[in-house]
Amino acid sequence: MNHASPIKTPFRLKPELVKYALLLPVLAYLTVFFAYPLFKLLLVSVFDPTFTPAHYLRIFQKALYLKVILITFRLAFICTLISLALGYPLAFLLNRVSPGTRNILMIFIVLPFWTSILVRIYAWMVILGRFGVLNSFLLKLGLITEPFNLLYNSFSVTVGMVHYLLPFMVFALYSAMSGIDQDLIKAAYNLGASPFKAFLKVFFPLSLPGVGAGCLIVFILSLGFFITPALLGGRKDLIISMLIENQVNVQLNWAFASALGLALLVFTLVLFNIANRYLGISRIWGARS
Amino acid sequence: MGGQVVRTGNENQRRRLRPPGKGILELAYYVFCGLILLFLIAPLFIVIPISFSPTQFLEFPPRTLSLQWYRNYFSSVEWVTGTINSLQVAVMTSLLSTALGITAALALTRHRFKGGNLIHSFLISPMITPVIIVAIAIYFFMSRLHLVGSVYALALAHTVLAIPVVVVTVSAALQGFDRTLERAALSLGANPFQTFFKVTFPIIRPGVISGALFAFITSFDEVVIAIFVATYRSLTLPKHMWAALRQEIDPTIAAVSTLLVTVTIFLLLTIAFLQRRAARLVGTAESGK
Repeated sequence: MNHASPIKTPFRLKPELVKYALLLPVLAYLTVFFAYPLFKLLLVSVFDPTFTPAHYLRIFQKALYLKVILITFRLAFICTLISLALGYPLAFLLNRVSPGTRNILMIFIVLPFWTSILVRIYAWMVILGRFGVLNSFLLKLGLITEPFNLLYNSFSVTVGMVHYLLPFMVFALYSAMSGIDQDLIKAAYNLGASPFKAFLKVFFPLSLPGVGAGCLIVFILSLGFFITPALLGGRKDLIISMLIENQVNVQLNWAFASALGLALLVFTLVLFNIANRYLGISRIWGARS
Repeated sequence: MGGQVVRTGNENQRRRLRPPGKGILELAYYVFCGLILLFLIAPLFIVIPISFSPTQFLEFPPRTLSLQWYRNYFSSVEWVTGTINSLQVAVMTSLLSTALGITAALALTRHRFKGGNLIHSFLISPMITPVIIVAIAIYFFMSRLHLVGSVYALALAHTVLAIPVVVVTVSAALQGFDRTLERAALSLGANPFQTFFKVTFPIIRPGVISGALFAFITSFDEVVIAIFVATYRSLTLPKHMWAALRQEIDPTIAAVSTLLVTVTIFLLLTIAFLQRRAARLVGTAESGK
Protein backbone atom coordinates (compact mmCIF):
# COMPACT_ATOMS: atom_id res chain seq x y z
CA MET A 1 0.00 0.00 0.00
CA ASN A 2 2.66 2.45 -0.93
CA HIS A 3 1.63 5.96 -1.83
CA ALA A 4 3.93 5.93 -4.79
CA SER A 5 1.96 3.19 -6.55
CA PRO A 6 2.59 3.65 -10.24
CA ILE A 7 -0.55 5.20 -11.65
CA LYS A 8 -0.57 6.42 -15.18
CA THR A 9 -1.48 10.08 -15.34
CA PRO A 10 -1.56 12.22 -18.47
CA PHE A 11 1.41 14.18 -17.24
CA ARG A 12 3.64 13.06 -14.45
CA LEU A 13 4.62 15.50 -11.72
CA LYS A 14 7.70 14.53 -9.83
CA PRO A 15 6.49 14.07 -6.23
CA GLU A 16 9.74 15.46 -4.88
CA LEU A 17 9.21 18.65 -6.84
CA VAL A 18 5.54 18.92 -5.97
CA LYS A 19 6.08 18.79 -2.24
CA TYR A 20 8.63 21.58 -2.30
CA ALA A 21 6.53 23.60 -4.72
CA LEU A 22 3.65 23.40 -2.25
CA LEU A 23 5.76 24.69 0.62
CA LEU A 24 7.66 27.32 -1.28
CA PRO A 25 5.04 30.13 -1.31
CA VAL A 26 4.38 30.05 2.42
CA LEU A 27 8.06 29.78 3.32
CA ALA A 28 8.89 32.65 1.00
CA TYR A 29 6.09 34.74 2.46
CA LEU A 30 7.09 34.21 6.06
CA THR A 31 10.73 34.78 5.22
CA VAL A 32 10.00 38.16 3.63
CA PHE A 33 7.36 39.45 6.06
CA PHE A 34 8.39 37.76 9.29
CA ALA A 35 11.96 36.43 9.42
CA TYR A 36 13.58 39.23 7.44
CA PRO A 37 11.99 42.05 9.50
CA LEU A 38 13.14 40.28 12.68
CA PHE A 39 16.61 39.99 11.19
CA LYS A 40 16.56 43.73 10.45
CA LEU A 41 15.73 44.35 14.11
CA LEU A 42 18.70 42.22 15.08
CA LEU A 43 20.97 44.33 12.87
CA VAL A 44 19.58 47.54 14.34
CA SER A 45 20.18 46.26 17.86
CA VAL A 46 23.84 45.31 17.38
CA PHE A 47 25.15 47.85 14.85
CA ASP A 48 25.17 51.44 15.98
CA PRO A 49 26.87 52.09 13.55
CA THR A 50 29.61 49.56 14.21
CA PHE A 51 29.12 46.35 16.14
CA THR A 52 28.30 46.92 19.80
CA PRO A 53 26.59 44.88 22.51
CA ALA A 54 25.84 48.12 24.40
CA HIS A 55 22.07 48.02 23.86
CA TYR A 56 21.82 44.56 25.32
CA LEU A 57 24.04 45.42 28.25
CA ARG A 58 21.92 48.48 28.93
CA ILE A 59 18.96 46.24 29.78
CA PHE A 60 20.83 44.99 32.81
CA GLN A 61 22.47 48.24 33.81
CA LYS A 62 19.56 50.43 34.78
CA ALA A 63 17.57 49.68 37.92
CA LEU A 64 14.35 50.72 36.16
CA TYR A 65 14.75 48.12 33.42
CA LEU A 66 15.55 45.36 35.88
CA LYS A 67 12.45 46.33 37.79
CA VAL A 68 10.37 46.15 34.61
CA ILE A 69 11.71 42.66 33.93
CA LEU A 70 10.94 41.63 37.49
CA ILE A 71 7.36 42.99 37.29
CA THR A 72 6.85 41.21 33.95
CA PHE A 73 7.99 37.84 35.27
CA ARG A 74 6.10 38.20 38.53
CA LEU A 75 2.89 39.06 36.68
CA ALA A 76 3.38 36.14 34.27
CA PHE A 77 4.01 33.79 37.17
CA ILE A 78 0.93 34.89 39.14
CA CYS A 79 -1.31 34.71 36.06
CA THR A 80 -0.03 31.22 35.29
CA LEU A 81 -0.74 29.99 38.80
CA ILE A 82 -4.25 31.45 38.87
CA SER A 83 -5.02 30.08 35.40
CA LEU A 84 -3.93 26.64 36.55
CA ALA A 85 -5.97 26.83 39.75
CA LEU A 86 -9.08 27.77 37.76
CA GLY A 87 -8.33 25.73 34.67
CA TYR A 88 -7.68 22.37 36.27
CA PRO A 89 -11.11 21.88 37.89
CA LEU A 90 -12.76 23.11 34.70
CA ALA A 91 -10.81 20.79 32.41
CA PHE A 92 -11.55 17.96 34.83
CA LEU A 93 -15.25 18.71 34.56
CA LEU A 94 -15.07 18.78 30.74
CA ASN A 95 -13.38 15.41 30.81
CA ARG A 96 -16.04 13.66 32.82
CA VAL A 97 -19.32 15.01 31.45
CA SER A 98 -21.14 13.52 28.47
CA PRO A 99 -20.13 14.73 24.99
CA GLY A 100 -23.37 16.71 24.69
CA THR A 101 -22.82 18.61 27.93
CA ARG A 102 -19.18 19.09 26.98
CA ASN A 103 -20.15 20.81 23.75
CA ILE A 104 -22.34 23.22 25.69
CA LEU A 105 -19.65 23.92 28.30
CA MET A 106 -17.11 24.43 25.50
CA ILE A 107 -19.14 27.40 24.28
CA PHE A 108 -18.32 29.15 27.55
CA ILE A 109 -14.63 28.76 26.79
CA VAL A 110 -14.47 29.11 23.01
CA LEU A 111 -16.67 32.20 22.77
CA PRO A 112 -14.50 34.40 25.02
CA PHE A 113 -11.43 32.91 23.35
CA TRP A 114 -12.47 34.28 19.96
CA THR A 115 -13.94 37.56 21.20
CA SER A 116 -11.90 40.71 20.60
CA ILE A 117 -9.56 41.40 23.49
CA LEU A 118 -10.67 45.05 23.46
CA VAL A 119 -14.28 44.06 24.06
CA ARG A 120 -13.21 42.02 27.04
CA ILE A 121 -11.04 44.80 28.43
CA TYR A 122 -13.88 47.26 28.07
CA ALA A 123 -16.16 44.83 29.89
CA TRP A 124 -13.70 44.62 32.78
CA MET A 125 -13.53 48.42 32.91
CA VAL A 126 -17.30 48.47 33.21
CA ILE A 127 -17.30 45.79 35.89
CA LEU A 128 -14.35 46.93 37.99
CA GLY A 129 -14.67 50.72 37.64
CA ARG A 130 -15.16 52.96 40.67
CA PHE A 131 -18.81 53.31 39.79
CA GLY A 132 -18.82 50.02 37.98
CA VAL A 133 -21.10 47.01 38.17
CA LEU A 134 -19.26 45.27 41.01
CA ASN A 135 -18.91 48.32 43.26
CA SER A 136 -22.51 49.44 42.82
CA PHE A 137 -23.67 45.91 43.54
CA LEU A 138 -21.65 45.71 46.75
CA LEU A 139 -22.76 49.22 47.78
CA LYS A 140 -26.38 48.34 47.18
CA LEU A 141 -26.05 45.24 49.31
CA GLY A 142 -24.51 47.37 52.03
CA LEU A 143 -21.42 45.20 52.18
CA ILE A 144 -19.17 48.19 51.68
CA THR A 145 -19.60 51.93 52.30
CA GLU A 146 -16.84 53.19 50.02
CA PRO A 147 -16.27 51.88 46.48
CA PHE A 148 -13.12 49.80 46.07
CA ASN A 149 -10.32 50.92 43.76
CA LEU A 150 -10.31 47.88 41.54
CA LEU A 151 -9.33 49.41 38.24
CA TYR A 152 -5.97 50.63 36.86
CA ASN A 153 -3.84 48.56 39.20
CA SER A 154 -2.19 45.13 39.31
CA PHE A 155 -5.49 43.57 40.32
CA SER A 156 -7.35 44.60 37.17
CA VAL A 157 -4.37 43.63 34.99
CA THR A 158 -4.32 40.17 36.57
CA VAL A 159 -8.07 39.71 36.16
CA GLY A 160 -7.97 40.82 32.53
CA MET A 161 -5.01 38.61 31.73
CA VAL A 162 -6.38 35.52 33.46
CA HIS A 163 -9.62 36.02 31.54
CA TYR A 164 -7.62 35.94 28.33
CA LEU A 165 -5.28 33.08 29.33
CA LEU A 166 -7.70 30.69 30.99
CA PRO A 167 -9.06 29.18 27.73
CA PHE A 168 -5.49 28.31 26.62
CA MET A 169 -4.90 26.58 29.93
CA VAL A 170 -8.17 24.66 29.72
CA PHE A 171 -7.44 23.51 26.14
CA ALA A 172 -4.00 22.24 27.15
CA LEU A 173 -5.27 20.44 30.25
CA TYR A 174 -8.33 19.04 28.55
CA SER A 175 -6.30 17.68 25.64
CA ALA A 176 -3.96 15.90 28.07
CA MET A 177 -6.76 14.61 30.30
CA SER A 178 -8.81 13.22 27.43
CA GLY A 179 -5.80 11.13 26.44
CA ILE A 180 -5.69 9.40 29.81
CA ASP A 181 -6.79 5.78 29.59
CA GLN A 182 -9.96 5.49 31.64
CA ASP A 183 -9.32 1.78 32.22
CA LEU A 184 -6.48 2.73 34.55
CA ILE A 185 -8.94 4.60 36.77
CA LYS A 186 -11.29 1.64 36.72
CA ALA A 187 -8.40 -0.63 37.65
CA ALA A 188 -7.66 1.61 40.63
CA TYR A 189 -11.32 1.35 41.72
CA ASN A 190 -11.28 -2.40 41.33
CA LEU A 191 -8.19 -2.59 43.47
CA GLY A 192 -10.13 -0.82 46.19
CA ALA A 193 -8.97 2.79 45.81
CA SER A 194 -11.35 5.53 46.96
CA PRO A 195 -12.26 8.15 44.33
CA PHE A 196 -9.91 10.57 46.08
CA LYS A 197 -7.05 8.12 46.07
CA ALA A 198 -7.69 7.11 42.45
CA PHE A 199 -7.49 10.77 41.52
CA LEU A 200 -4.38 11.48 43.53
CA LYS A 201 -2.38 8.38 42.65
CA VAL A 202 -3.49 7.68 39.09
CA PHE A 203 -5.30 10.53 37.35
CA PHE A 204 -3.33 13.48 38.66
CA PRO A 205 0.17 12.13 37.85
CA LEU A 206 -1.02 11.21 34.35
CA SER A 207 -2.34 14.74 33.82
CA LEU A 208 0.98 16.37 34.73
CA PRO A 209 2.29 16.66 31.13
CA GLY A 210 -0.83 18.70 30.38
CA VAL A 211 -0.18 20.84 33.43
CA GLY A 212 3.38 21.46 32.23
CA ALA A 213 2.28 22.27 28.68
CA GLY A 214 -0.54 24.56 29.84
CA CYS A 215 1.64 26.44 32.31
CA LEU A 216 4.39 27.01 29.78
CA ILE A 217 2.10 28.21 27.03
CA VAL A 218 0.30 30.55 29.43
CA PHE A 219 3.59 31.79 30.86
CA ILE A 220 4.98 32.47 27.38
CA LEU A 221 1.82 34.33 26.37
CA SER A 222 1.87 36.41 29.56
CA LEU A 223 5.46 37.51 29.00
CA GLY A 224 4.50 39.15 25.72
CA PHE A 225 1.25 40.75 26.86
CA PHE A 226 0.77 44.32 25.79
CA ILE A 227 -2.83 45.46 25.38
CA THR A 228 -4.23 44.36 28.73
CA PRO A 229 -1.54 45.87 31.00
CA ALA A 230 -1.49 49.03 28.89
CA LEU A 231 -5.24 49.58 29.25
CA LEU A 232 -6.07 48.08 32.63
CA GLY A 233 -2.81 48.80 34.47
CA GLY A 234 -1.73 51.74 36.51
CA ARG A 235 1.50 53.69 36.35
CA LYS A 236 3.31 51.06 38.39
CA ASP A 237 2.42 48.16 36.11
CA LEU A 238 5.05 48.87 33.47
CA ILE A 239 6.05 45.63 31.75
CA ILE A 240 8.57 44.78 29.01
CA SER A 241 6.21 45.13 26.06
CA MET A 242 5.08 48.57 27.23
CA LEU A 243 8.70 49.60 27.64
CA ILE A 244 9.33 48.49 24.04
CA GLU A 245 6.36 50.47 22.76
CA ASN A 246 7.52 53.52 24.70
CA GLN A 247 11.05 53.24 23.28
CA VAL A 248 9.68 53.08 19.74
CA ASN A 249 6.91 55.65 19.86
CA VAL A 250 8.14 58.14 22.46
CA GLN A 251 11.91 57.82 22.87
CA LEU A 252 12.41 56.85 19.20
CA ASN A 253 15.22 54.59 20.38
CA TRP A 254 14.92 51.77 17.89
CA ALA A 255 18.19 50.13 18.83
CA PHE A 256 17.25 49.68 22.47
CA ALA A 257 13.67 48.67 21.65
CA SER A 258 15.01 46.02 19.27
CA ALA A 259 17.45 44.70 21.85
CA LEU A 260 14.66 44.42 24.42
CA GLY A 261 12.33 42.76 21.95
CA LEU A 262 14.87 40.24 20.74
CA ALA A 263 15.97 39.36 24.25
CA LEU A 264 12.34 38.64 25.06
CA LEU A 265 11.90 36.68 21.84
CA VAL A 266 14.96 34.50 22.40
CA PHE A 267 13.84 33.75 25.93
CA THR A 268 10.34 32.87 24.68
CA LEU A 269 11.66 30.59 21.94
CA VAL A 270 13.96 28.74 24.33
CA LEU A 271 11.04 28.14 26.70
CA PHE A 272 8.82 27.04 23.84
CA ASN A 273 11.38 24.59 22.50
CA ILE A 274 11.82 22.99 25.90
CA ALA A 275 8.05 22.73 26.18
CA ASN A 276 7.64 21.36 22.70
CA ARG A 277 10.36 18.76 23.08
CA TYR A 278 9.04 17.32 26.30
CA LEU A 279 5.35 18.05 26.16
CA GLY A 280 4.37 18.22 22.51
CA ILE A 281 2.83 21.65 22.82
CA SER A 282 1.99 22.07 19.13
CA ARG A 283 -0.89 19.66 19.50
CA ILE A 284 -2.69 22.05 21.85
CA TRP A 285 -3.21 24.54 19.06
CA GLY A 286 -5.22 21.93 17.25
CA ALA A 287 -7.47 21.36 20.25
CA ARG A 288 -9.05 24.76 20.43
CA SER A 289 -11.29 24.75 17.40
CA MET B 1 -8.97 14.41 16.93
CA GLY B 2 -10.60 11.15 16.19
CA GLY B 3 -8.29 9.05 18.34
CA GLN B 4 -9.75 9.97 21.67
CA VAL B 5 -13.28 8.85 21.09
CA VAL B 6 -14.48 6.93 24.10
CA ARG B 7 -14.47 3.38 22.97
CA THR B 8 -16.28 2.01 25.97
CA GLY B 9 -20.02 1.66 26.16
CA ASN B 10 -22.52 3.77 27.99
CA GLU B 11 -22.23 1.93 31.25
CA ASN B 12 -18.50 2.44 31.47
CA GLN B 13 -18.93 6.07 30.52
CA ARG B 14 -20.74 6.64 33.75
CA ARG B 15 -17.92 5.11 35.69
CA ARG B 16 -15.44 7.75 34.65
CA LEU B 17 -13.51 9.33 37.45
CA ARG B 18 -15.74 11.31 39.76
CA PRO B 19 -14.44 14.40 41.46
CA PRO B 20 -12.90 13.54 44.79
CA GLY B 21 -15.24 13.95 47.74
CA LYS B 22 -18.92 13.36 48.17
CA GLY B 23 -22.08 15.30 48.84
CA ILE B 24 -21.29 18.79 50.01
CA LEU B 25 -17.76 18.73 48.56
CA GLU B 26 -19.04 17.63 45.20
CA LEU B 27 -21.62 20.39 45.27
CA ALA B 28 -18.93 22.92 46.15
CA TYR B 29 -16.91 21.67 43.19
CA TYR B 30 -19.79 22.21 40.79
CA VAL B 31 -20.47 25.68 42.20
CA PHE B 32 -16.78 26.53 41.79
CA CYS B 33 -16.82 25.40 38.14
CA GLY B 34 -20.03 27.33 37.57
CA LEU B 35 -18.43 30.49 38.91
CA ILE B 36 -15.40 30.04 36.64
CA LEU B 37 -17.68 29.63 33.62
CA LEU B 38 -19.56 32.74 34.71
CA PHE B 39 -16.26 34.60 35.04
CA LEU B 40 -15.46 33.64 31.44
CA ILE B 41 -18.76 34.41 29.81
CA ALA B 42 -20.39 37.21 31.84
CA PRO B 43 -18.09 40.02 30.64
CA LEU B 44 -19.18 39.41 27.04
CA PHE B 45 -22.81 39.95 27.87
CA ILE B 46 -22.49 42.74 30.39
CA VAL B 47 -21.70 45.14 27.54
CA ILE B 48 -25.07 44.55 25.90
CA PRO B 49 -27.37 46.34 28.42
CA ILE B 50 -24.86 49.18 28.68
CA SER B 51 -24.99 49.77 24.94
CA PHE B 52 -28.70 50.58 25.29
CA SER B 53 -28.16 52.98 28.17
CA PRO B 54 -29.65 56.46 27.81
CA THR B 55 -26.91 58.26 29.74
CA GLN B 56 -23.22 58.88 29.36
CA PHE B 57 -22.62 57.48 32.83
CA LEU B 58 -22.38 53.84 33.54
CA GLU B 59 -25.64 52.62 34.82
CA PHE B 60 -26.27 48.95 35.27
CA PRO B 61 -28.84 47.86 34.40
CA PRO B 62 -30.07 50.99 32.57
CA ARG B 63 -33.53 52.25 33.59
CA THR B 64 -34.69 53.22 30.12
CA LEU B 65 -33.46 52.08 26.75
CA SER B 66 -32.00 54.16 23.98
CA LEU B 67 -30.31 53.59 20.67
CA GLN B 68 -28.26 56.76 20.75
CA TRP B 69 -24.89 54.97 21.05
CA TYR B 70 -25.64 52.92 17.97
CA ARG B 71 -26.64 56.13 16.19
CA ASN B 72 -23.37 57.60 17.41
CA TYR B 73 -21.45 54.68 15.98
CA PHE B 74 -23.09 54.80 12.58
CA SER B 75 -22.72 58.56 12.26
CA SER B 76 -19.08 58.79 13.32
CA VAL B 77 -16.60 59.01 10.45
CA GLU B 78 -13.86 57.28 12.45
CA TRP B 79 -15.99 54.36 13.58
CA VAL B 80 -17.45 53.78 10.12
CA THR B 81 -14.15 54.16 8.24
CA GLY B 82 -12.48 51.94 10.83
CA THR B 83 -15.09 49.25 10.34
CA ILE B 84 -14.86 49.37 6.54
CA ASN B 85 -11.05 49.29 6.63
CA SER B 86 -11.07 46.41 9.10
CA LEU B 87 -13.44 44.44 6.89
CA GLN B 88 -11.26 45.05 3.84
CA VAL B 89 -8.09 44.05 5.68
CA ALA B 90 -9.72 40.95 7.17
CA VAL B 91 -11.04 39.75 3.80
CA MET B 92 -7.67 40.23 2.11
CA THR B 93 -5.86 38.54 5.01
CA SER B 94 -8.30 35.67 5.00
CA LEU B 95 -7.91 35.01 1.26
CA LEU B 96 -4.13 35.32 1.23
CA SER B 97 -3.46 33.28 4.37
CA THR B 98 -5.89 30.56 3.30
CA ALA B 99 -4.22 30.18 -0.09
CA LEU B 100 -0.80 29.98 1.53
CA GLY B 101 -2.00 27.87 4.45
CA ILE B 102 -3.77 25.16 2.41
CA THR B 103 -0.71 24.46 0.31
CA ALA B 104 1.47 24.32 3.42
CA ALA B 105 -0.96 22.03 5.24
CA LEU B 106 -1.18 19.73 2.22
CA ALA B 107 2.59 19.50 1.96
CA LEU B 108 3.15 18.95 5.68
CA THR B 109 0.44 16.35 6.27
CA ARG B 110 1.26 14.31 3.17
CA HIS B 111 4.96 14.41 2.66
CA ARG B 112 8.01 13.81 4.75
CA PHE B 113 10.60 16.53 4.74
CA LYS B 114 14.11 16.65 5.97
CA GLY B 115 13.83 18.93 8.98
CA GLY B 116 10.04 18.72 8.83
CA ASN B 117 9.78 19.63 12.49
CA LEU B 118 11.84 22.72 11.90
CA ILE B 119 9.60 23.77 9.01
CA HIS B 120 6.52 23.19 11.13
CA SER B 121 8.01 25.23 13.98
CA PHE B 122 8.80 28.05 11.57
CA LEU B 123 5.21 28.09 10.26
CA ILE B 124 3.81 28.13 13.79
CA SER B 125 6.33 30.62 15.17
CA PRO B 126 4.30 33.81 14.44
CA MET B 127 1.78 32.38 16.90
CA ILE B 128 4.21 32.21 19.80
CA THR B 129 6.30 35.27 19.03
CA PRO B 130 5.10 38.11 21.24
CA VAL B 131 2.94 40.26 18.96
CA ILE B 132 4.67 43.44 20.08
CA ILE B 133 7.91 42.13 18.51
CA VAL B 134 6.20 41.15 15.25
CA ALA B 135 4.59 44.59 15.27
CA ILE B 136 7.76 46.64 15.67
CA ALA B 137 9.68 44.42 13.23
CA ILE B 138 7.03 44.84 10.54
CA TYR B 139 6.63 48.54 11.33
CA PHE B 140 10.38 49.07 10.89
CA PHE B 141 10.45 47.00 7.70
CA MET B 142 7.42 48.68 6.15
CA SER B 143 8.35 52.22 7.04
CA ARG B 144 11.53 51.69 5.00
CA LEU B 145 9.40 50.62 2.05
CA HIS B 146 6.98 53.54 2.60
CA LEU B 147 4.14 51.06 2.94
CA VAL B 148 2.88 52.33 6.28
CA GLY B 149 -0.54 53.88 5.98
CA SER B 150 -2.19 51.61 3.45
CA VAL B 151 -4.70 48.87 4.16
CA TYR B 152 -2.58 46.54 2.01
CA ALA B 153 0.32 46.89 4.43
CA LEU B 154 -1.97 45.82 7.27
CA ALA B 155 -3.27 42.84 5.31
CA LEU B 156 0.29 41.73 4.50
CA ALA B 157 1.20 42.00 8.19
CA HIS B 158 -1.94 40.27 9.48
CA THR B 159 -1.36 37.41 7.06
CA VAL B 160 1.81 36.58 9.01
CA LEU B 161 -0.33 36.04 12.13
CA ALA B 162 -3.12 34.24 10.25
CA ILE B 163 -0.96 31.67 8.42
CA PRO B 164 -0.38 29.47 11.52
CA VAL B 165 -4.11 29.58 12.32
CA VAL B 166 -4.98 28.32 8.84
CA VAL B 167 -2.22 25.71 8.80
CA VAL B 168 -3.39 24.26 12.11
CA THR B 169 -7.08 24.22 11.14
CA VAL B 170 -6.59 22.79 7.64
CA SER B 171 -4.07 20.20 8.88
CA ALA B 172 -6.70 19.02 11.35
CA ALA B 173 -9.18 18.71 8.48
CA LEU B 174 -6.70 16.73 6.41
CA GLN B 175 -6.03 14.28 9.19
CA GLY B 176 -8.15 11.18 8.79
CA PHE B 177 -8.65 11.92 5.12
CA ASP B 178 -8.81 8.67 3.20
CA ARG B 179 -6.31 8.84 0.39
CA THR B 180 -7.69 5.78 -1.38
CA LEU B 181 -10.31 8.16 -2.77
CA GLU B 182 -7.60 10.15 -4.51
CA ARG B 183 -5.92 7.03 -5.79
CA ALA B 184 -9.25 5.86 -7.13
CA ALA B 185 -9.70 9.15 -8.99
CA LEU B 186 -6.18 8.95 -10.40
CA SER B 187 -6.61 5.36 -11.52
CA LEU B 188 -9.85 6.33 -13.25
CA GLY B 189 -7.87 8.75 -15.35
CA ALA B 190 -8.18 12.05 -13.55
CA ASN B 191 -5.08 14.24 -13.51
CA PRO B 192 -3.70 15.51 -10.18
CA PHE B 193 -5.44 18.89 -10.53
CA GLN B 194 -8.80 17.34 -11.32
CA THR B 195 -8.28 14.97 -8.40
CA PHE B 196 -7.61 17.86 -6.07
CA PHE B 197 -10.53 20.02 -7.16
CA LYS B 198 -13.08 17.24 -7.68
CA VAL B 199 -12.20 14.88 -4.82
CA THR B 200 -9.88 16.32 -2.19
CA PHE B 201 -11.13 19.86 -1.97
CA PRO B 202 -14.87 19.12 -1.66
CA ILE B 203 -14.11 16.86 1.31
CA ILE B 204 -11.80 19.25 3.13
CA ARG B 205 -13.79 22.34 2.12
CA PRO B 206 -15.52 22.76 5.50
CA GLY B 207 -12.11 22.69 7.20
CA VAL B 208 -10.75 25.20 4.72
CA ILE B 209 -13.68 27.58 5.23
CA SER B 210 -13.26 27.25 9.01
CA GLY B 211 -9.60 28.16 8.61
CA ALA B 212 -10.53 31.14 6.46
CA LEU B 213 -13.05 32.33 9.06
CA PHE B 214 -10.53 31.95 11.88
CA ALA B 215 -8.06 33.96 9.81
CA PHE B 216 -10.78 36.57 9.30
CA ILE B 217 -11.36 36.92 13.05
CA THR B 218 -7.61 36.98 13.72
CA SER B 219 -7.24 39.97 11.44
CA PHE B 220 -10.50 41.70 12.26
CA ASP B 221 -9.68 41.79 15.99
CA GLU B 222 -5.95 42.43 15.64
CA VAL B 223 -4.85 45.54 17.47
CA VAL B 224 -1.11 45.56 18.30
CA ILE B 225 0.16 45.63 14.70
CA ALA B 226 -2.56 48.12 13.80
CA ILE B 227 -1.39 50.45 16.58
CA PHE B 228 1.97 50.72 14.83
CA VAL B 229 1.22 50.20 11.15
CA ALA B 230 -2.22 51.83 10.74
CA THR B 231 -2.46 55.57 10.24
CA TYR B 232 -5.50 57.81 10.14
CA ARG B 233 -6.01 56.82 6.51
CA SER B 234 -5.91 53.10 7.26
CA LEU B 235 -7.54 53.34 10.68
CA THR B 236 -8.99 50.01 11.74
CA LEU B 237 -11.84 49.33 14.13
CA PRO B 238 -9.60 47.88 16.89
CA LYS B 239 -7.15 50.74 16.54
CA HIS B 240 -9.91 53.30 16.97
CA MET B 241 -11.32 51.31 19.85
CA TRP B 242 -7.91 51.22 21.49
CA ALA B 243 -7.67 54.99 21.18
CA ALA B 244 -11.20 55.39 22.56
CA LEU B 245 -10.44 53.15 25.54
CA ARG B 246 -7.39 55.26 26.36
CA GLN B 247 -9.31 58.52 26.30
CA GLU B 248 -12.87 59.14 27.38
CA ILE B 249 -14.85 55.98 27.59
CA ASP B 250 -18.39 56.45 26.35
CA PRO B 251 -21.05 53.82 25.73
CA THR B 252 -20.40 53.97 21.97
CA ILE B 253 -17.73 51.41 22.78
CA ALA B 254 -20.44 49.26 24.36
CA ALA B 255 -22.46 49.47 21.15
CA VAL B 256 -19.41 48.49 19.09
CA SER B 257 -18.63 45.69 21.56
CA THR B 258 -22.16 44.35 21.31
CA LEU B 259 -21.88 44.28 17.53
CA LEU B 260 -18.50 42.54 17.74
CA VAL B 261 -19.77 39.89 20.17
CA THR B 262 -22.73 39.26 17.84
CA VAL B 263 -20.43 38.86 14.84
CA THR B 264 -18.16 36.49 16.80
CA ILE B 265 -21.12 34.33 17.87
CA PHE B 266 -22.34 34.20 14.28
CA LEU B 267 -18.92 33.21 12.91
CA LEU B 268 -18.39 30.55 15.58
CA LEU B 269 -21.81 29.04 14.90
CA THR B 270 -20.91 28.87 11.22
CA ILE B 271 -17.60 27.20 12.05
CA ALA B 272 -19.26 24.72 14.42
CA PHE B 273 -21.73 23.84 11.68
CA LEU B 274 -18.94 23.41 9.13
CA GLN B 275 -16.87 21.25 11.41
CA ARG B 276 -19.77 18.96 12.12
CA ARG B 277 -20.17 18.67 8.35
CA ALA B 278 -16.46 18.05 7.93
CA ALA B 279 -16.55 15.25 10.49
CA ARG B 280 -19.49 13.72 8.63
CA LEU B 281 -17.78 13.99 5.23
CA VAL B 282 -14.57 12.41 6.49
CA GLY B 283 -16.69 9.87 8.32
CA THR B 284 -18.53 8.79 5.16
CA ALA B 285 -15.27 8.63 3.32
CA GLU B 286 -13.85 6.41 6.04
CA SER B 287 -16.82 4.10 6.31
CA GLY B 288 -16.39 3.28 2.64
CA LYS B 289 -13.05 1.65 3.27
